[in-house]
Amino acid sequence: MKAAAWPRDDKLADRLLVVDRTMGSLADRAMGDLPEALRAGDVLVVNDSATLPASLSGVAPHGEPIELRLVGPAPGHDSTFDSARWTGVLFGEGDHRTRTEDRKAPPSVAVGDELRFGASLSAVVEGISGFSARLLTVRFSERDAALFAAIYRLGRPVQYAHVPERLPLWHVQTSYAARPWSVEEPSAGRSLTFELFARLKARGVEIATLTHAAGLSATGDAAIDERLPLAERYEIPERTVAAIERARARGGRVIAVGTSVVRALEGCFAEHGRLMAGAGVTDLRLGPSQRLHVATDLLTGIHDPGTSHFELLHAFAPADMLARAHAHAEATGYLGHELGDFALFVH
Amino acid sequence: MELRGLSAVVTGASRGLGAALVQELARHGARVAAVARDEGALAQVVAAARREGGEVHAIVADVADKEATYAIAGSAAGLVGPIDLMIHNASTLGPVPLRGLLDTDCEDLERALSVNVVGPFRLTKALVGSMAVRGRGLVLHISSDAAVAAYPTWGAYGASKAAFDHVMKVWAEELRSFGVQFLTVDPGEMDTRMHSDAMPDADRSVLAKPGDVAKRIVRIVGRAEAFANAARVEASSAEVAS
Repeated sequence: MKAAAWPRDDKLADRLLVVDRTMGSLADRAMGDLPEALRAGDVLVVNDSATLPASLSGVAPHGEPIELRLVGPAPGHDSTFDSARWTGVLFGEGDHRTRTEDRKAPPSVAVGDELRFGASLSAVVEGISGFSARLLTVRFSERDAALFAAIYRLGRPVQYAHVPERLPLWHVQTSYAARPWSVEEPSAGRSLTFELFARLKARGVEIATLTHAAGLSATGDAAIDERLPLAERYEIPERTVAAIERARARGGRVIAVGTSVVRALEGCFAEHGRLMAGAGVTDLRLGPSQRLHVATDLLTGIHDPGTSHFELLHAFAPADMLARAHAHAEATGYLGHELGDFALFVH
Repeated sequence: MELRGLSAVVTGASRGLGAALVQELARHGARVAAVARDEGALAQVVAAARREGGEVHAIVADVADKEATYAIAGSAAGLVGPIDLMIHNASTLGPVPLRGLLDTDCEDLERALSVNVVGPFRLTKALVGSMAVRGRGLVLHISSDAAVAAYPTWGAYGASKAAFDHVMKVWAEELRSFGVQFLTVDPGEMDTRMHSDAMPDADRSVLAKPGDVAKRIVRIVGRAEAFANAARVEASSAEVAS
């Protein structure tokens, strides 16, 4: 799939491939047609996480240039951003214009080493993962408001070689972003404008939110990449549980906007045996054998076979339909990756 | 609106009415992200509110700086939770002593529009979408009677405040079905640095204290449901005008 290198100016002109698994049909639409693809009684669940500029450039103890891509607050802490301890993936010299798998290896670091990011922020290595020397737990020299200030001042959005130009922070935020828990944009909602929300509401589609910390999608380190997505935190509000229960009671569909929403909903179900309000952490990975318990349908980007995003699609459509949809998207010039076009899997 | 546990952002929080609003909201149990340019003064406001047990965080930023928009919005929500209340209190008079329009430099009008209209517009845009999809939220603009009456020498400031009042009204219409409320508050004349900059010869003894006005405004927030969306509220009477 050809990758989009920049977002379209007109979000509603982004293409939308509607894949109906009941009808066995494919239809070429635009994002502006989304409301007509949904029905009164459906509920659309969005991930309202904002995106942190999670790429920090700095130097290792001997002055070697490094980049630390934040993963999230270190496990063991609650869902509030109140800690100086974070996990992150270390990269060597260079930047996003080099494909992650071609990046220079970072210098090896040891527990106790200090990484410096400009004059005002540093981080001490407190732990190194057993499966990759690049996956670190660090303690920043700042916390709370001062850490946010430093990250927003020094950090840049995580991006990849297919988007060579620097993305400003506003190009990686959805129109409804709140807490900056994600280190990559929950991009399935990238083109949901308030014109669309108003039309969806007028049509009788409910809107509900949850927060899920969308993580890194690739690191170039095989040992990390085969474990992606790593454990991610989420929070589901009471009103969203109620909205989903109402939709099910009236026979409406539960349409997840993005794989992060699927992971939060299904991860919560896997943990508790039912959907319930509250915060949690999930390492659920969805694949062909997985049965869905909460989400019934999915709005997502255009994904290539072999990626964890594509594997998750098997839960929403049979393999032959996925192959047909992918071939159609490829042949008709849909754009892939996080700034690309969209697919809606419905039944 | 229940004040306890409310997540709020207040701009222009380092002195005057903004500082008093931070104090008063924190006293009622709101979690407050306090935004201002002056790091030292802001730190004192935050420390004072925390001494009384409030949960308050300092965000040092200029609301007129486009690059700061998502840093303010993201830090605020990250620190105090998805924002329920946005108070636009920061504003600039422009150069003082105030001058008539024919003596006002174009750049000074541009600066007033940048701080008093475009900055608050950007910050609202970054925060209100989350309120709208959650179906709850209040945006409050600290306006001025100079936005309504035509006072000589108050042209740049008055026009900018009137412009943002109108932005608020249009937003209220557009988001009517989303459960987000927009209120404009006229705080009346207060004994603040802004007032003494504008009218150095005024009799300060007749001016309201910012702390008293903040109490009235926080009461308005507490019973925001009683006011029509897009209403203009006089803080002195806390009644709906026009």
